[in-house]
Amino acid sequence: MRMKYVMSEVLVGLWRNVTMTVAMIITMAVSLTMLGASGLIYTKVADMKQLYFENIEVSIFLNADVTDEQRSAIAAQLESDPLISQATYVNKDEAFQRFQEMFRDSPDLLSAVKADQLPESYRLKLVNPEEYKTISDQYTAVEGVDQVVDQSQVLDKIFNLFTAGQNIALVAAIAMAVAALLLVANTIQVAAYSKRREVAVMKLVGASNWFIQAPFVLEAVVAGLIGSILGLGALAALKVFLFDGALSALQGLFAPVSWGEVFLTFPVMAGVGGLISAVTAWVTLRFYLRV
Amino acid sequence: MIQLEQVTKTYPKASRPSLDNVSVSIDKGEFVFFIGPSGSGKSTIVKMLLHEVVPNKGRVVVNGKDVTSMRSWKRPHFRRSIGCVFQDFRLLPNRTAYENVAFALEVIGKTKAVARRVVPEVLELVGLGGKEHRYPHELSGGEQQRVAVARAFVNRPLILLADEPTGNLDPDTSIEIMRLLDRINRTGTTVVMVTHDSNIVNQMRRRVIEIESGRIVRDQARGVYG
Repeated sequence: MRMKYVMSEVLVGLWRNVTMTVAMIITMAVSLTMLGASGLIYTKVADMKQLYFENIEVSIFLNADVTDEQRSAIAAQLESDPLISQATYVNKDEAFQRFQEMFRDSPDLLSAVKADQLPESYRLKLVNPEEYKTISDQYTAVEGVDQVVDQSQVLDKIFNLFTAGQNIALVAAIAMAVAALLLVANTIQVAAYSKRREVAVMKLVGASNWFIQAPFVLEAVVAGLIGSILGLGALAALKVFLFDGALSALQGLFAPVSWGEVFLTFPVMAGVGGLISAVTAWVTLRFYLRV
Repeated sequence: MIQLEQVTKTYPKASRPSLDNVSVSIDKGEFVFFIGPSGSGKSTIVKMLLHEVVPNKGRVVVNGKDVTSMRSWKRPHFRRSIGCVFQDFRLLPNRTAYENVAFALEVIGKTKAVARRVVPEVLELVGLGGKEHRYPHELSGGEQQRVAVARAFVNRPLILLADEPTGNLDPDTSIEIMRLLDRINRTGTTVVMVTHDSNIVNQMRRRVIEIESGRIVRDQARGVYG
């Protein structure tokens, strides 16, 4: 009977102040969506870094007029370099093939480039990808070398973009969380005020503190949980309409976001939403009811 | 049942103590009036017995429990042995007489079945048989106070605290309420009543403790208002 009483009080409480409840749930949902999104971006960036850094290459492009002696000198130097784990020679034909593959969807570009326009190159795998700078300094000055290009430089820019996106989502999540927190505190105060007579009687006749507080705390927790369910819905919508929809052309570039990962954010969102609500409600009651 | 031992209470920022070295002993089953002008310290005593206020010095023992050193989380359980009635009734306006009394039982964990058995009984006892399903606004002041007494007594407390229970009632109704409190006292419940009502004190001829400026100035076994 006590559980039934508490639950019916929770529903009545949420309904009595329904505009506030809706505001609380929406802010909570937006905040948790941002939190979930930033979590997803974080795991994706980590996945992608691993994926890309495994395949990362430093390319040494040779001059168009490189001589055979220069080429073999470079090959020998690369062979004996302890920083390099693997060096592959790519001649003009291979470079052109790669180019054709890469840009097969852009016939204009393909027809504009002839086979002998592309430079020969060495594709290097480094023992430690972060020692790019040393390699670059070492080989740029060598006769016959045009330039040394590190893919990780380009990737870093992309990753920085992701990290920035993640930070923005996180800041938005925190700002919305503060708003949600204040709304919870306010809702609980209003609820406690509208039930002040009941609370006074309960304190008088010796109802236990948890029994007095439980309906209020649970009211906030239920709102937090509804918020997290909405947040899950929003993330699912983001996946369907953004990743699998508008951004599907870039699928090869991004690591795909699986449903499993989307659903895995739910326990986190629900936990954070429920916990923040519960703690806020409880602290508010401590000050407001002094129970 | 109730012991105040050299109790002193000074509220923060107050120039003089509300209670100044007060010692009182009340036995089980007694009926005691606390009288005195406003601000004399009567209410402070009631609050101490309820563990709402803790003395600066001295000891308060209620039902064998030292209230002075009681932790606040023990207060709810302690309260269940004390029934309270106030001048302003403190009923829940959106609940019937029955529901008001049942509410007090249910929030301390009694089942609805217990309430169904006990509540009609106690409403009958306070003379509200047949009016169980009236709302407070459908009842007279005296009847509302009867509901409040029923609520205070339904849990069979050892002590009934009444803080000016007749303050809002006309003299005839007041006397009916006093008869009711007397009946409750005869069941063995200790009744402590704070009042300004000289008529009632003079008619009841019970123990009178008069307080003035935080000190006991009179303690008479069968006293009058004076």
